[in-house]
Amino acid sequence: MDDSGSHDSAIEFRNVSYRLDGGRELLSQLNLQILRGETLVLLGRSGSGKTTTLKLINHLLAPSEGEIRVEGRSTTTEWDVIRLRRMIGYVIQDVGLFPHFTVERNVALVPKIEKWPAERIQRRVRELLHLVGLDSQIASRYPRELSGGQRQRVGVARALAADPPILLMDEPFGALDPITRAELQREFLSLQNRLQKTVVFVTHDMREALLLGTRIALIEAGRLVALNTPEEFLNSKDPLVVAYVDAFRTDLKTSDKRGNS
Amino acid sequence: MNVWQFMSQNRTEVLELTLEHLWLVGVSMALAVLIGIPLGILITRWPKLNKPVLGGANIIQTVPSLALFGFLLPVPWIGERADRLAILALTLYALLPLIRNTYTGIRGVDRAVVEAGRGMGMTDRQLLFQVELPLALGVIIAGVRVATVISVGLATIAAAIGAGGLGEFIFRGLAMVSNQLILVGAIPAAALAMLADVSLGWLEKRLAPH
Repeated sequence: MDDSGSHDSAIEFRNVSYRLDGGRELLSQLNLQILRGETLVLLGRSGSGKTTTLKLINHLLAPSEGEIRVEGRSTTTEWDVIRLRRMIGYVIQDVGLFPHFTVERNVALVPKIEKWPAERIQRRVRELLHLVGLDSQIASRYPRELSGGQRQRVGVARALAADPPILLMDEPFGALDPITRAELQREFLSLQNRLQKTVVFVTHDMREALLLGTRIALIEAGRLVALNTPEEFLNSKDPLVVAYVDAFRTDLKTSDKRGNS
Repeated sequence: MNVWQFMSQNRTEVLELTLEHLWLVGVSMALAVLIGIPLGILITRWPKLNKPVLGGANIIQTVPSLALFGFLLPVPWIGERADRLAILALTLYALLPLIRNTYTGIRGVDRAVVEAGRGMGMTDRQLLFQVELPLALGVIIAGVRVATVISVGLATIAAAIGAGGLGEFIFRGLAMVSNQLILVGAIPAAALAMLADVSLGWLEKRLAPH
C-alpha cells in the first residue's frame, strides 16, 4: 500500500461517478475519505444519490468511473466481492429478514456461510441478541411475529454477527415510530461507543444526522456539497447547508408555536 | 349393464389402464419438472432468454395435442414406441406452467430480502437455494399442480396413438357409441385429476412461505 495519506481511511472514494445504463448520472466525481471508527452520515433528499453511494461501497453497484478503496484495496480490482461483503455489515430500512428463517438463523447468516462451528454460532447469537437489547427467548421466533423495532434490532444483530469492521446503514430507523426510533438511536450511540466500527449511515433526517454523525456529508443531486462535523454544519455559511439548516429550524419553530398555542 | 358393474367385472383391465395412465403422467411430469424448473431459474439469471424460452413454451401449448403426436412421429427413437411419443408430448405441454411459475415465484421474492442476502455476501448459489427457491416453492408447486391436472386429462388422448392409459376405454366407447364405456375411462381419469389437485394443493399450502 503505497497510497499516501490513506492509512487512516477505512473507505476512500476517488473520483467516483455512477451512471445508469441510460446515461443519467446519479453520482458525479465523488472524492471522500471515511475514517476508521467514525460515523459518517450521508445526508440528503430522496434521490440525491446517498443510497447509491452506500451501495458502491459493498459493490452492489459498480462505479462507472473512478475507484473505491476499502481497507486500501480497490473494490473493483483487488477485492473478491463476496469476501468484501462479508466484512461489511449491511442494514437497510426494509430490514430484509428472511421470513422463512427464525431470528436465530437470521442472525447466524454470515457465521453460517462462513462455516463457523455450531457451538460458536449459538454463543455468538445469544451474545448479539443481548447486545441489541433483545430477550434470548425471541431466538426461536419468526420475523412475522416481531414488532418493527424488534425486527430492526435483529437486522442490526445480523449485520454485526461476524464482527465486521465496517457497517453500512441505509435509513435503518426510517420506518419506525418516533419513540422507537429515538430509543434505537440512543442504543446505536452507546453501541458505537463500545464497538468503534466504521459506520456509514444514510438518512434524510437532519436531526438524526446531527445526533449520530461524527461527520456529515451533505449530498445534493449526485454531488458532495459539504462535509462537516455537526457543529460546523450548524454554523456553516455555505448556502446549501444554510438552506438545509433553515428548513430544519423553521420546522422546529412551527412545532414550537403549535405547542404553545 | 351399468358403469359400476362393468368396472367391477373388468377391474383388472381398469386397474391396468389406470396404472398405465399414472405411468404416462408420472414420467412426463418428472421430466417436465427436471427441465422446466431449471429453465425457469435460468431465465431469472439471464433475462435476455426470458422471451424466447417463455415464447417457445407458449407456442408448444398452442399446438393441438393430436397434431403434436403427429409431428413427433418421425422423430427417431421417440417415434418407435407409442408410450415414448406420448411421454414426450405430455412433457412438452407441462413445461409452460412450470417455467412460468418458477420464474414468477423467484421474481416475486421480496427485493429487500434478496438485497440483504446479497449485501451480506451470499453467493448466487446460496441465495438461490437458501432464499429464493424456498420462498418461491409455493408458487412453483402451484405450477406443478396445474401442469399435473392438465396432463391427466391430456393423457387420455395418448390412446389415440396406441400408448394406452384410460383413454383406451374412451376411444373404444366412442367407436361403439357407448356412453357407459366412455365413462369407464372418464370417471377414473377425473378421479385421478382431482386426487392430484387436492394432494398438490395441500402440499402447496404446507410449503408456502409464512
